[in-house]
Amino acid sequence: MAAYIAKRLLAAIPVLFGLSIIVFLIMAMIPGDPATAILGSYATPENVAKLNADLGLDKSLPQQYLIWLGNILQGDFGRSYALNRPVLDEVLERFSATLILAGTALVLCSILGLLAGVVSAVRQYGLADKAITVLVLVGISTPSFWLGLLLILVFAVKIRLFPASGMYAIYGGGDLPDLLHHLFLPALTLAVVATGVIARLTRTAMLEVLRQDYIRTARAKGLTERRVIYRHAFKAALVSVIPVIGIQAGFVLGGAVYIETVFQWPGIGSMLVNAISTRDLLLVQGGVVVVAAAYVLFNLAADVVQTLLDPRLR
Amino acid sequence: MSDTAAAGSAGRMHKPRKRGRPSTLRLLFNNTLATTGLAVLVAIVLAALAAPLLPLPDPDVTAPADRLLRPLAEGHLLGTDALGRDILSRLIWGTRVSLAVGLSATLIAAFFGSLIGLVAGYAGGRVDTFLMRGVDMVMAFPYILLALAIVAALGPGLINALYAIAVINIPFFARNIRGITIGLSRREFVDAARLSGKSSAAILFGEVLPNVLPVIIITMSTTIGWMILETAGLSFLGLGAQPPQADLGSMLGDGRKILFTAPHVSIIPGLMIFALVMSINLFGDGVRDVLDPRLKSGALTRPVARTAVAQEREAEPRRHSGSVLDVVGLNTQFHIGGDIYRAVGGVDLHLKPGECLGIVGESGSGKSVTAMSLMGLVPTPPGRITAGSAWLEEEDLFSVDDERIRQLRGADVSHVFQDPLSTLHPLFTIGDQLTEAIMAHRPMRRSQADEKAEELLRLVRITNPAERLKVYPHELSGGMRQRVCIAMALANDAKVIIADEPTTALDVTVQAQILSLLDALRRESNAAILFITHDFGVVSAVCDRVAVMYAGRIVETGETEVVLARPAHPYTGKLIDCVPVLGQPGRRLDAIEGRPPVVNNLPAGCAFAARCERAEADCREGDIPLAAFGEGRAVRCLHPLKGEAADA
Repeated sequence: MAAYIAKRLLAAIPVLFGLSIIVFLIMAMIPGDPATAILGSYATPENVAKLNADLGLDKSLPQQYLIWLGNILQGDFGRSYALNRPVLDEVLERFSATLILAGTALVLCSILGLLAGVVSAVRQYGLADKAITVLVLVGISTPSFWLGLLLILVFAVKIRLFPASGMYAIYGGGDLPDLLHHLFLPALTLAVVATGVIARLTRTAMLEVLRQDYIRTARAKGLTERRVIYRHAFKAALVSVIPVIGIQAGFVLGGAVYIETVFQWPGIGSMLVNAISTRDLLLVQGGVVVVAAAYVLFNLAADVVQTLLDPRLR
Repeated sequence: MSDTAAAGSAGRMHKPRKRGRPSTLRLLFNNTLATTGLAVLVAIVLAALAAPLLPLPDPDVTAPADRLLRPLAEGHLLGTDALGRDILSRLIWGTRVSLAVGLSATLIAAFFGSLIGLVAGYAGGRVDTFLMRGVDMVMAFPYILLALAIVAALGPGLINALYAIAVINIPFFARNIRGITIGLSRREFVDAARLSGKSSAAILFGEVLPNVLPVIIITMSTTIGWMILETAGLSFLGLGAQPPQADLGSMLGDGRKILFTAPHVSIIPGLMIFALVMSINLFGDGVRDVLDPRLKSGALTRPVARTAVAQEREAEPRRHSGSVLDVVGLNTQFHIGGDIYRAVGGVDLHLKPGECLGIVGESGSGKSVTAMSLMGLVPTPPGRITAGSAWLEEEDLFSVDDERIRQLRGADVSHVFQDPLSTLHPLFTIGDQLTEAIMAHRPMRRSQADEKAEELLRLVRITNPAERLKVYPHELSGGMRQRVCIAMALANDAKVIIADEPTTALDVTVQAQILSLLDALRRESNAAILFITHDFGVVSAVCDRVAVMYAGRIVETGETEVVLARPAHPYTGKLIDCVPVLGQPGRRLDAIEGRPPVVNNLPAGCAFAARCERAEADCREGDIPLAAFGEGRAVRCLHPLKGEAADA
């Protein structure tokens, strides 16, 4: 197993490499001259040339890439000019907040999605199945940023059950209950779409598995229907749903951009949106690289879990 | 998601047929949800298209005096926003923008994605590797994050947001289309086009593209909702539409700043996005269901734990008092889309303790359904037991409750199925599956069950049983797996073992081993065996008696040697002629001409008449009974063979 994980980690390296190329190329296609953008349109040509040399922009594209790659491998993502602090410091600080939010949402959507999917499949065409199917459709069609606003209106403004924004109370907060109190609404909002997707796929996977010969064998052995469904069928369905959960990690990390903005959660998503507005491109670059790398690792973890469950993949 | 949907439709795609369309449309309209979705979508699209013609105030004219009017205010049906602009007007104009952007993004993504998929799938080799690696790289990003990076580089703006959303959706199209194209490029009509000297481009766009179009449409219908949602999202973040231009997302974003004082300003555009996306998803799901046959009409229906028994079924009394199993007048039907398939049409059979009865017939003769009906293992839907009884000693298996059936399954009556790879659970060890079978009926500690499982493996002549308990089914050979299945069937000293083609999936040499193992075990344990097979060679090796089935009924039954030596029914004769005999290389191996009749439309009279050289006029009318034919024999034939060769 350790060998397998090592192999997968090695296989992730070219992917990370490719990610870095894409991010670099996107940033390289910025129209206009970054130095002018930073210094403003009244900068003297000498200053522009000097800044270009400082930024390494007078070199060829591949050279620039290698220098940039070498720097980020040493943890040097440059300096955010708007915040005037190292990009990496800011990104890591923000990313931990995002991880709390996205991680909670991912756990929520996995549990709820699997549960709903299994119930839906077991009660196929029953009332529960129909209700879940409709809820799932509504869930995946609802703009999460709008849902967040609605939840704030209802639960923070009307009945004042949860705070409307932030990660901790400004005065006297900072402990775990305070965090959970602030976390509930945004994590729930973030989980809705992914829950729908996972529920849908779990239902299909369960229905497919329940038609398999080995389910007939389990029944022929005289196992209780509960055991047939929750042990034999569910385990097999889980194997095909796990990669989907891995993919949903990407949607949840991405969706965090909206949710963090709506709930003013101090994560990397709201940082990115601000950075884009202030044209703080190094910060954008650093944030995107870190989140994308985290996503690659998420998928790797999903792969490993799937392999643990399915001996045929070993 | 759409990956699997598309892959499923790949297998059945032919050249487009004209006749397919009306039924497709009808199917779509039968789906109420899809129709509702379409109706809402059409209403929204029409309103958006008609925006310039509608008597609406200018969406951009500000009126500070009328700011933040609530909905239903005089002259402003949906109220006004922070600048006093009419929300209804802005909503309709905003919808127009959102629709246009979403549709354009979808078209761009579909165009480039399909192009990449077509070229990669058709060219294969290095081109394929290169293109798909690039696609994989794009997919390695969390969905919206890449869009943010692109907008960051290009700068905020509606067109840039459109490009960003289109780019991140290209991979979905590329992957789906590539999969289909690979399948299509190996098809005959593509080969034919190639041989006729057409250029690659002509083949790709003339032959392959038309067949790929449905998949492109499915993928578009499943992604357009997303794209509208995501462009709205970018606008909401202030990265899409810039003032004074407004789409639904930027309206929502503007409203957010005054959420607490004037919630309607943000709720209304959000509701519109929701309605739009929901209607597209409903309609898209309908389109996908219609175009993807795998998901159509109950194809993915979950079989319940036990075959349904019709309420109007009348129990039949036992006929053979000494028997362990006595099946009387069994009828099992499949109800599929209004058709009734009479898979088993009145079967009687009985088993004495320790006896082996073979049921022989071609595929589709109803022999497996007969066997699976007994313990309720025929999938429902569509299966249904409509008449008859199955007496296991003193109990009618079709009358007892579900819990009793569960207790009997694997205990008094056990099963051995055909393909041991698919019948063993791939994710549990042999030991897990064996001990589970034991403990389902005899509660005991796991360590005890492990010992018992080891003993069972030894019983079926598996060496190193303790080691084998820890392995997974895929780590064993086919013969070994079937031995494990037999061990499982023996776990609780069954009185009856139902063996459904247990040797069909195995090599010939392994077949012989398994047969002699089964035969030896039955003599040791005195279990009766109901042995389903299509092979008379196998019957002669293990069965005491044999029943030949055709079109859901028994056509001949008797002692194995007698039937083998002097078949009475012409069909039995032909089946026996299909068996090769060692040492007689010159013997003719006849395949039986023609096909068995479809059991939803059986002819009157003898079902075999159409394939029988001996058939006469009287064979084609009335019901032909299974008549006694000497000692312990019966045959359902008006002109049975009397010792002469079958094809004389």
